[in-house]
Amino acid sequence: MLGEQIIKGMAVTARNFFGSYVSKERLTTVQYPEERLVPKENTRQFPFLVYDGDDAEKGLRCVACQICEKECPPQCIYIVKSKDKKPDYKGQPQLYPLTFDIDISVCMSCSICVEVCPFESIKMDTEFELSTDDRFAGLLLHKQDLAKPNSHYHQVHAQDAKDSDAVIAGEKAKAEAKARAAAEKARAEAEAKAKAAAAAAAPAPAAPPPPAA
Amino acid sequence: MSLPFLIIAFVTLFAAAAAMSLRNLVHCSLAFVVAFAGLAALYLNLDAQFVGFAQILVYVGAIAILIVFAILLTRSGDTPNEAVLAPGWFYGIAVSAAVFTLLGWAVLSSSALPKEVSSAPQTTVKNIGEALMNKYVLPLEIIGLLLTAAMIGAVIIALREPGKTKMEAGELKIDKTAPPSSILHPPSSTALTGGHS
Amino acid sequence: MFEKLDQIFVTLKHLVLGYVPEALQPLVSAVLSVTLILSVFPGIFAIVTIFERKGIGRIQNRYGPNRVGIPFTNIRLCGFGQFIPDGIKSLTKEDIVPRAADRVVHFLAPIVMLIPVLLAYAVLPFGRNMTVADFDAGLLFFFAVGGAVEISVFMAGWSSRNKYSLLGAMRAIAQMVSYEIPLILSAVTVVMIVGSLKLVDIVAAQNHYTFGIAHWYVFTPWGFVGCILFFIASLAESNRSPFDLPEAESEIIAGYFTEYSGFKFALFFLGEYLGMFAIIGLGITLFLGGWTSPVSFLTWIPSYVWFVTKMIAIVFVFIWIRATLPRLRMDQLMNLAWKLMLPLALINIVVAGIWHFMGPDWQRWLVCAAIIFGAYLVLGRGLMRHQKLGKRTYRYAE
Repeated sequence: MLGEQIIKGMAVTARNFFGSYVSKERLTTVQYPEERLVPKENTRQFPFLVYDGDDAEKGLRCVACQICEKECPPQCIYIVKSKDKKPDYKGQPQLYPLTFDIDISVCMSCSICVEVCPFESIKMDTEFELSTDDRFAGLLLHKQDLAKPNSHYHQVHAQDAKDSDAVIAGEKAKAEAKARAAAEKARAEAEAKAKAAAAAAAPAPAAPPPPAA
Repeated sequence: MSLPFLIIAFVTLFAAAAAMSLRNLVHCSLAFVVAFAGLAALYLNLDAQFVGFAQILVYVGAIAILIVFAILLTRSGDTPNEAVLAPGWFYGIAVSAAVFTLLGWAVLSSSALPKEVSSAPQTTVKNIGEALMNKYVLPLEIIGLLLTAAMIGAVIIALREPGKTKMEAGELKIDKTAPPSSILHPPSSTALTGGHS
Repeated sequence: MFEKLDQIFVTLKHLVLGYVPEALQPLVSAVLSVTLILSVFPGIFAIVTIFERKGIGRIQNRYGPNRVGIPFTNIRLCGFGQFIPDGIKSLTKEDIVPRAADRVVHFLAPIVMLIPVLLAYAVLPFGRNMTVADFDAGLLFFFAVGGAVEISVFMAGWSSRNKYSLLGAMRAIAQMVSYEIPLILSAVTVVMIVGSLKLVDIVAAQNHYTFGIAHWYVFTPWGFVGCILFFIASLAESNRSPFDLPEAESEIIAGYFTEYSGFKFALFFLGEYLGMFAIIGLGITLFLGGWTSPVSFLTWIPSYVWFVTKMIAIVFVFIWIRATLPRLRMDQLMNLAWKLMLPLALINIVVAGIWHFMGPDWQRWLVCAAIIFGAYLVLGRGLMRHQKLGKRTYRYAE
């Protein structure tokens, strides 16, 4: 009969109408500022700079090697090297960035900078609420905006942060082992030298000890 | 001659004059609609509600739309460039004025005309309905039959004969070289093209 | 006390008129009535737009607008303040007139749209003793001014000098002309039974109660069919889904108001909704008892409250239909009007005659219902017979 299907269709829409008031799972909308979805593990927005410890200036892992600046496809990173050096986590004196700017209005979130960084110092953040009313200065992030503690990295990407920590720990351990080995060697050489000196009452001056590294 | 009558009469005459003298045919037809509405207002001013509303319903609602559609579907959109008045306008006006004078004189001097003006009868819709259904029921039915016959005739003319293809039936003649019909571009195309230069 | 509440607007008007000199009284009376209509119905329009968006949202399992409440506060009112920014937006937007458009006609079209729509409210009885102009031929007046809307649609479509506008206007006029016939024919049945074109009389004829239930015409076989035909035709007259071909946004952008922006667009929008309210008001008056209450023990509720409640209820049904049915194709639209609704309306007139002449027996219910149901079955089968999908033929593209 004509009109039967119309009645059926109306019944379906009516069920949807009342159902949306009764059962919450019908409404798939997430009402954003109040409700938020848990970010996915692989969420990536814009890069940030990791630092260890509490002091952003002291613990910054970046050594201003400028690899990321050179690799960045849209060239949104701007780095000015420091004149002096400060010790890094391995205790080695390293340069550090006087200026580290990322223009996130240019950044395309490709995370190439993260991949090329040999120092585990630039990572991707999940922060996305970056809107501002100043489209030039507001979107140009400086070093102090970009520097975030390692604990933040653990918070946003727990697994990656663990891997990164492991790498750093490995590097550190390797450096320490090397330093220890070097120290051992130096000591052994010194001992040998001393022995030789003792053996040969008047030895010729030995070659200078090899550098520690 | 009350003030409302004067206003309505002025608007109606003005619209009628505009309908005659405007260049763009669609403007003419729209002015014509205003004239129809003015006539309806005159009827209402005379307390003839039924006739007034029927005037709006039939003329503004139907006839005007018919005119407008006829213009759109038959004419090209170009505004004619020749003068509004035909070359022999003087003779035309003279002839029509003479005819009007003659008719007016004949009517006014006729003995069939009642000498004193009787007061307007109180016509309600109910009166009209009763008159249509009692005294004038036969004319009404005949008009209805006539209109039905006309409608059926129109349907038959519009109906495609089975078996004949459209081209044979002459319904559709495609001229590949001709520019597309101007149905979709009713107003002048000069303004469109001229505006860009 | 309730009677005073019922007549509060009438009393207030008389109170105000008491302070006005005799000569100015008709003018002041008209201004007061018009002011009330101009403030109430656009207000209902504002609320209904929110209802529509929220209702369709819920039907599609969304929330709909739920943010804007009272400005400058955090009170959200479930989004019912949305119409305020919407209105401000449409008022402050740039008014664009296409360079090639016919400026005068383009400017006049929305005004010409709104005038007949507002005029139609003059004859509607909103409540007991609440009719602005109680014409003898009130129903005819309504249809007459309703017919004038077509001219404005044409003006808008033609003057924009845009193919979509003109196509939309052509579609709109074809649709309005086609559906005006079942609209008027379904209303004719009521006129036949009541014996008057006066809307106040039509309401008064339905203001009786048997066993506490009102004598609305929708409760009779012919009235039921007439009511449904009327509301289907009024859906088409007000260009609402599923009859929204004239403004089908997936085909012709926005139809005849494609080239309108800012406040002129808002006027079209307003005119469309006010037209819908007016035609719903007429349908209520004709078939749903106007301002009368459905059951006798609720007659203490003020009459205008009943009128507005019924109107909002029908608007809800319209929204529900809009959210359910897809848009008709042009041939389906015409088939529905000419092959189903027109014959059914004509048969319904005959049935109303039978109803009138069979007297107050119970048999007339059976006879009338049987005739209508049989006609519906036959006509419905005829309409559905050709609904087989097959190779599509194009009339003008061979």
